[in-house]
Amino acid sequence: MTRQMTGAEMVIQALIDQGVDTIFGYPGGAVLPIFDELFQQEEVRHILVRHEQGAGHAAEGYARSTGKVGVALATSGPGATNMVTALTDALLDSIPMVCITGQVPTTLIGTDAFQEADTVGITRPCTKHNWLVRRIEDLPAILHEAFRIATTGRPGPVLVDIPKNIQFQTGTYENCKDKALTQYHPAVKAPDAAIREAVELMAAAKKPILYTGGGVINSGPKAVALLRDLVKMTGFPVTSTLMGLGAYPASGKNWLGMLGMHGTYEANLAMHDCDVMVCIGARFDDRITGRIDAFSPNSKKIHIDIDPSSINKNVVVDLPIVGDVGSVLEDMIAAWNARKPVQDKAAHAAWWRQIDGWRARKCLTYRHSAEAIMPQYAIERLFELTKGRDTYIATEVGQHQMWAAQYYHFDEPNRFMTSGGLGTMGYGLPAAIGTQLAHPGSLVIDIAGDASIQMNIQELSTAVQHNAPVKAFILNNQYMGMVRQWQQLLHGNRLSHSYVDSQPDFVRLAEAYGAVGIRCSKPADLDDAIEEMIRIDKPVLFDCHVVSLANCFPMIPSGKAHNEMLLGTDVSDVDIGTAIGAAGKVLV
Amino acid sequence: MMIVAGQSQSAYFLEEEFPATERSHTLSVLVDNEPGVLARVVGLFSGRGYNIESLTVSEIEHSNHQSRITIVTTGRPPVISQIMHQLGRLIPVHKVINLTWAGDALERELALVKVAGKGEMRDEALRLAQAFNARIVDATLDSYVFEMTGAPADIDRFVGLMKECGLVELARTGLAALARGKMGI
Ligand SMILES: Cc1cc2nc3c(=O)[nH]c(=O)nc-3n(C[C@H](O)[C@H](O)[C@H](O)COP(=O)(O)OP(=O)(O)OC[C@H]3O[C@@H](n4cnc5c(N)ncnc54)[C@H](O)[C@@H]3O)c2cc1C
Ligand SMILES: Cc1ncc(C[n+]2csc(CCOP(=O)(O)OP(=O)(O)O)c2C)c(N)n1
Ligand SMILES: [Mg+2]
Repeated sequence: MTRQMTGAEMVIQALIDQGVDTIFGYPGGAVLPIFDELFQQEEVRHILVRHEQGAGHAAEGYARSTGKVGVALATSGPGATNMVTALTDALLDSIPMVCITGQVPTTLIGTDAFQEADTVGITRPCTKHNWLVRRIEDLPAILHEAFRIATTGRPGPVLVDIPKNIQFQTGTYENCKDKALTQYHPAVKAPDAAIREAVELMAAAKKPILYTGGGVINSGPKAVALLRDLVKMTGFPVTSTLMGLGAYPASGKNWLGMLGMHGTYEANLAMHDCDVMVCIGARFDDRITGRIDAFSPNSKKIHIDIDPSSINKNVVVDLPIVGDVGSVLEDMIAAWNARKPVQDKAAHAAWWRQIDGWRARKCLTYRHSAEAIMPQYAIERLFELTKGRDTYIATEVGQHQMWAAQYYHFDEPNRFMTSGGLGTMGYGLPAAIGTQLAHPGSLVIDIAGDASIQMNIQELSTAVQHNAPVKAFILNNQYMGMVRQWQQLLHGNRLSHSYVDSQPDFVRLAEAYGAVGIRCSKPADLDDAIEEMIRIDKPVLFDCHVVSLANCFPMIPSGKAHNEMLLGTDVSDVDIGTAIGAAGKVLV
Repeated sequence: MMIVAGQSQSAYFLEEEFPATERSHTLSVLVDNEPGVLARVVGLFSGRGYNIESLTVSEIEHSNHQSRITIVTTGRPPVISQIMHQLGRLIPVHKVINLTWAGDALERELALVKVAGKGEMRDEALRLAQAFNARIVDATLDSYVFEMTGAPADIDRFVGLMKECGLVELARTGLAALARGKMGI
């Protein structure tokens, strides 16, 4: 069915046809026609943010917590450039996002017109694909293709730049939701031969491990369920990247905790010593591998990934399987059941004994304090007091983010919104708002740092306006703690500009925004204060004063191997100062 | 746990492992000829730190707006595979073929070579041009412009000789390449 309508109407109609109920945006001259259409309809809810970066991260939080696509809308020029960080963030974390920007009229493009920026040029390297719409005839197909590309294969952000004159022009709209405009058709199903070979390797494994990542969550609930079946079927231990937390439950008995730079001792040593590694939807990021030449030196590596460029990018694997996690695991489980392999029970038992030995190191132990709140303790209490609830956690970037990953335990996917690949401070508050708007009845907490929270603090106003009762739980250590820790490790503890001076009074700041502020600085008061935070049905800034100089352990210093890990309970300040060699210092 | 400072090598410098196998590869890339497609390809190379030795692009199918981009780049086999996969990720890219892997591909380039001079050197330039099958496309009393088509290495040799005969300037098209035999891309 086709209908005549303006370009601006087409934008709204395409959103409706794609099932979009919420978008995040900010108006300006070049998108006024689209805002005018938004005003005249009820189906799509527009959430007005306070900065376009906030719109982008809110769309990401919405997307990650629902499995749906996030949509953001911004004007030309500064609106579009403000979106760049969020687009890059979504690209690195494989978050499906459609961003619509206004552009100066086609007749003015290239003239340095008011608020003109080469948006498609600027965003080309930070989107999966982008378009400048040149003709009204092309608009419907591009809009729908944008959704298809953002959500299929390896998800990612796309951007559609629409000149203002095209928003006003009238053309023919067709719902081409299920038509492909380009030849883009990522392979979902893997070849049977690869699946059978994987099953052979896994069946013969004596010291296996499943290394899972964000791709399991990208693939969706079916992949998550199948992963859990696979673990039951094989009995293999499971670890996950930061991005994959929750796909396998942290309360599951095969769970080893997160791996990587700040992963657990047992997860990293099991990765180092395993004989068969099955990487499922993870990308051998440098936070995971540490020193490549010492990375899991004696294992056969199987890598399941939908993006062929992820395979053999950092680590050469023995068996690449290109396909969707859900589809591959389904075939793998079927092949395993058909073959009914006899596993080496004795070897597995020995492997688990070894793992239990590593677990016994209790690598997440930290020194407690009765006077001051330890940051790890704060997260532990937050977890204990919220675990029975329907809770979503977002984070900013820094030590608090890692403590959240270590001490908050996720039993379900899509519950942890964090900026992994880009590490964007300022991600958490808007992402929490996006999450809250998608899950109005749920408890949504942004585990924040005192520096990060100030990067998008203006979004507190968005939360107040839209009745999104998000809680920003600030681990206030008065430092850019992660930077300070690296300065201690690498630069002789010269704390150059990592002290957060002239902090605002977060309680009064919250009040100024019409939110609620809570301050807590004593371990004895913490539980009551957290309970109070949970009870308040409004946005809250929780200023949790924690000790200033705690370091985040375990840690594999950059340039080191998995078995060269620093543990919190047995490193001295001297060890910390000498842990990284000259070659490691140049790494990030 | 023992931590020994300064012993580890960097984790990220994969490059050092197989220096011997680094060589140049000719990639043939079939793309939709839409605005920005060349910028996507070039941006991918510069953004990811791959080098481009030669790049040519032209529409080859006017009916469906398809272009062939021929890129010469150097790297070890894993880097070349990575480049090919990264190219494959671009939405307007239909196909990526490594002509160097496919074997002994046909590789041709066109050069326009301007030389100026009189007397002996002018005669020598003409003789060499004949030997290299270069055509005269412009002549004045004290200059020639030669057109030469051939494998890049032959053009290099011709140009090298012309330097001795008063080379003024040079324009090269970059590579056009096809696999031998009956199979298409
Ligand atoms: C301060 C800081 C410290 C960090 N420390 C750690 C750490 O200690 N440990 C850690 O794990 N991370 C850490 N990170 C995060 C890290 O930088 C990476 O973001 C993360 O490790 C990448 O996760 P991933 O491998 O699961 O890949 P993702 O970025 O989630 O990528 C997913 C992969 O799956 C593939 N995929 C997507 N969809 C599908 C599908 N449907 N089917 C199949 N494959 C699919 C993609 O192609 C991609 O290769 C840290 C980040 C910060 C900011
Ligand atoms: C936008 C941005 N700028 C700079 C950095 C570098 N950086 C990483 S962590 C960090 C400090 C974070 O401090 P805070 O939010 O207080 O968290 P803490 O580490 O103290 O828990 C900085 C500056 C970054 N990740 N993002
Ligand atoms: Mg801090």
